[in-house]
Amino acid sequence: MKVKVLSRNPADYIRENSSDIHKIHRNLDPSLHPFEAPREYTRALNAVKLERVFAKPFVASLDGHTDGVNCIARHPRSLSVLLSGSCDGEIRLWSLPRRECLRTLTAHTGFVRGLCVSPSADYFISVGDDKVIKQWNMAQSFDISSQTSQAPINTIIGKNLYHGIDHHWKNSVFATCGEQVDIWDENRAEPVRSFTWGVDTIHSVKFNPIETHLLASTASDRSIILYDMRGSTALRKVVMEMRSNTVAWNPLEAFIFTVANEDSNLYTYDIRRFNQPINVHMDHVSAVLDVDYAPTGQEFVTGSFDKTIRIFARDSGRSREVYHTRRMQRVFCVRYSADSTYVLSGSDETNIRIWKANSSQKLGALAPREKAAFSYNAKLKERFQHHPMLKRIKRHRHVPKAIFKAAKEKKVMMASVKRKEDNQRQHSKPGSVPRVAERKKHAVAVVE
Amino acid sequence: MAAEAKGEKEIKKVKDEEPVDKAILQKYHRGSQNRFKNLKDKKLRGKLRSYESQYEQAAVQAAKSELLLTEEPGYLEAEGLEKTFKFKQRNIADVVDVASAKKYFDLKLDTFGPYRINYTRNGRFLLIGGKKGHLATIDWQNKKLGCEVHVQETVRDVRWLHIETMFAVAQKKCVYIYDNTGIELHCLKNHRQVNRLEFLPYHFLLASVGDYGILKYQDTSTGKPVCELFSKLGKCDCMTQNPYNAVIHLGHYNGTVTMWAPSMKDPLVKMLCHRGPVQAIAIDNKGYYMATSGLDGQMKIWDVRTYKQLQAYYTPTPASCLAISQRGLLAVGHGPHIQIWRDPFTQKQKSPYMSHLFPSCTVHGMQFSPFEDVLGVGHSQGFGSLLIPGAGEPNFDALEANPYQTKKQRQEFEVKALLEKIQPELITLNPMDIVHVNHPSKKGTRKDGQNDDDEESNSKEKFEPKHKTKGRSSSKKQHLRKKGHEQQEKKVSEIQSNCEAAMEDVDSLLSHPLGLGYFQDLIQV
Repeated sequence: MKVKVLSRNPADYIRENSSDIHKIHRNLDPSLHPFEAPREYTRALNAVKLERVFAKPFVASLDGHTDGVNCIARHPRSLSVLLSGSCDGEIRLWSLPRRECLRTLTAHTGFVRGLCVSPSADYFISVGDDKVIKQWNMAQSFDISSQTSQAPINTIIGKNLYHGIDHHWKNSVFATCGEQVDIWDENRAEPVRSFTWGVDTIHSVKFNPIETHLLASTASDRSIILYDMRGSTALRKVVMEMRSNTVAWNPLEAFIFTVANEDSNLYTYDIRRFNQPINVHMDHVSAVLDVDYAPTGQEFVTGSFDKTIRIFARDSGRSREVYHTRRMQRVFCVRYSADSTYVLSGSDETNIRIWKANSSQKLGALAPREKAAFSYNAKLKERFQHHPMLKRIKRHRHVPKAIFKAAKEKKVMMASVKRKEDNQRQHSKPGSVPRVAERKKHAVAVVE
Repeated sequence: MAAEAKGEKEIKKVKDEEPVDKAILQKYHRGSQNRFKNLKDKKLRGKLRSYESQYEQAAVQAAKSELLLTEEPGYLEAEGLEKTFKFKQRNIADVVDVASAKKYFDLKLDTFGPYRINYTRNGRFLLIGGKKGHLATIDWQNKKLGCEVHVQETVRDVRWLHIETMFAVAQKKCVYIYDNTGIELHCLKNHRQVNRLEFLPYHFLLASVGDYGILKYQDTSTGKPVCELFSKLGKCDCMTQNPYNAVIHLGHYNGTVTMWAPSMKDPLVKMLCHRGPVQAIAIDNKGYYMATSGLDGQMKIWDVRTYKQLQAYYTPTPASCLAISQRGLLAVGHGPHIQIWRDPFTQKQKSPYMSHLFPSCTVHGMQFSPFEDVLGVGHSQGFGSLLIPGAGEPNFDALEANPYQTKKQRQEFEVKALLEKIQPELITLNPMDIVHVNHPSKKGTRKDGQNDDDEESNSKEKFEPKHKTKGRSSSKKQHLRKKGHEQQEKKVSEIQSNCEAAMEDVDSLLSHPLGLGYFQDLIQV
């Protein structure tokens, strides 16, 4: 007789003394782990619920301006510094970790219309309603010991009103917009080049971060205009149904930019196919005033006249997140922080707010087990994302009543239009009323 | 130098990638590989391909980790003219080591018998309940008595709840829940005259069935009753759970076995198994096979996936108890005898693997102790623990069921288990349903993959035109009515062809076992 009976030595399974860690023997045989799928589903459901529980996006509010914050600019080299310009002509420098104002500069009379920092962070430039471009020394502005009111290192008095400014990503060149787009060299008092196309006001101008000589601007004649800094005339423009307010280039894809439109949508364009946007991003219920891409290029943040901030994935038509507080009024400007962890917003009621880009993200250093748990939960959420229960919980956001009602109304209106079209289609000759994709509806014309 | 180092690295890499045994690898595969060559969406295709390779890699790594499993399963082999079923327990106990020999013991408790028994999920604790009211919990390996009470009432069944601090007892009128010191925690008054109890540990559901033939589910985490299902087949004293999908199997007096889930009012499956009352049911761990015994003197083996009979054995007297071990040994108890069968499902066996006799007793309850080579038997004279080499799974997973659990670990386990409690609605015949895509089939409106044949036969039903009156009998209408069948078929075939065209590119993916919700949008189009 040959016989063996299972007989375990407890010493192999129990820790020797209480300072040891427990011995955990694993056996990955699927038959020892029944209900794999329903258990994972339950875990995913828990994960998505916890995500909503921990969604506390508001970090801090920077209080100090005495008028609405009209523009903000982030420091190209430092995560902790923020510049903001307000409607009373003040520029403030902020320390984000300390959440306090480092310096206040009385820069312009009237609005500060635009603010930009040079890539080397030596100086920053502001434009205002007083038709003046002012160049400021950054290091001097930080020098708290010098109590004397600081003067700009350079002042250019222009002929007409400036609406925006943007700095070149590499060279010491910047562009202003107003009645025309001017390209300035830092060392000269006259613009190096001027682009005009029509007589309308141009509201914003942005340099392309990759193809650095490319510029995009939005004008009040409902057009988006592309320029090449090396050429003498503008390249082309697309005219839309309504005016675009701002433009933002995707920092990773040189040919993609997104515009914030008055019709409460955002449009992402590919400059190689300019006749129609490649994506329409809906969700705001009022004019979108500002848009900024995350440095990762995967997401962008928008601020709107409807008093909300939304975050969109680069390629999705709907927002993934909406931020609002009772005190926050019209959002004039939004920026992603350079590490794409935070979102900064400046609004009408004089405050600058800091938000988390991922509302439920745990900030600070993570323990390895925490990290593993978070990544496991993320994977579970991805795997079960299309289950109706998860989808519903993940998508649900409480919004102010006014926005909720407006969104509902908008939905009803769009449904009505669709219904009308369907009826027309049903009662017409087949093919005579074609279906038109949403992205084909909004661009009116391309002018070369 | 650098080149040399690189060469070394490459050699190392080759050495690392030892081929994995395909049979072992198969165990860790979750479903078959997918083909999505004819999928149009490139991004989706790329994503799926990367998932597929990840799953493959996971299976390989899991297979490789078998190296870390230290324990080997037990065995009993005969030499020469010996037969394994001739070996007495005494002989085996003499040969094996002292610790194992201690696992062969008998408890003589002849005043309050017969006994029903239950082991905890980690196999460490034993609960016995004598019909005349005796209850005891035992740490059976250390022979330590946990609690002992006499409820002075008939005890019909006993069952541990999720951990060893609570157990449920089916008494004369109601079901009671006690803690590990024997203090009564709850009285479940809505469970009346219960004969059998079953606990679904992952769902925290206590199921009971009794004289009224009503299957009742009670959530033991919230304390709320979940549902009552009327079997409508009279008194029932035979209940088992399928450990693979948590479906409850009931054996009835008319010879049928019905399968139940809390989400359905009617049985999921009803199968006629015996020509007499069903006495006992046992289901194996993987949910492949079911063994049933009836008063017709037969013991039958069924494939639970196809509901087909695989084997039929005659027992000398009708078997009253059945149990299947983790490694697939089948124990059959009839009268005072116990027979253990090895591999009885796929092949018809000529002789049992082991046998045992409890003189002048009748066997009433039987269970293999998880992760041990031990069969616990409750009989009319007490309790017997038998050594069955090769019964238990040698390597346990400490995060699922840990026989060496400390108190702290138990508490942590309880919290985790409660957090991932599966909702009762998720009990289905196939527990992987939740990660499958539910899609309309090519042949009209099929709900799921299983009722394919039924649907087809339904669609071939004879067309009978309705003879409406009320002035609708114009000659044209009459003509159409006669033609009606053809006309309808034409329409149906049109719809079908449209549907087929739409489904073509996603079709190959739909059988994928993993949660490919990506298709949902596609499919809805």
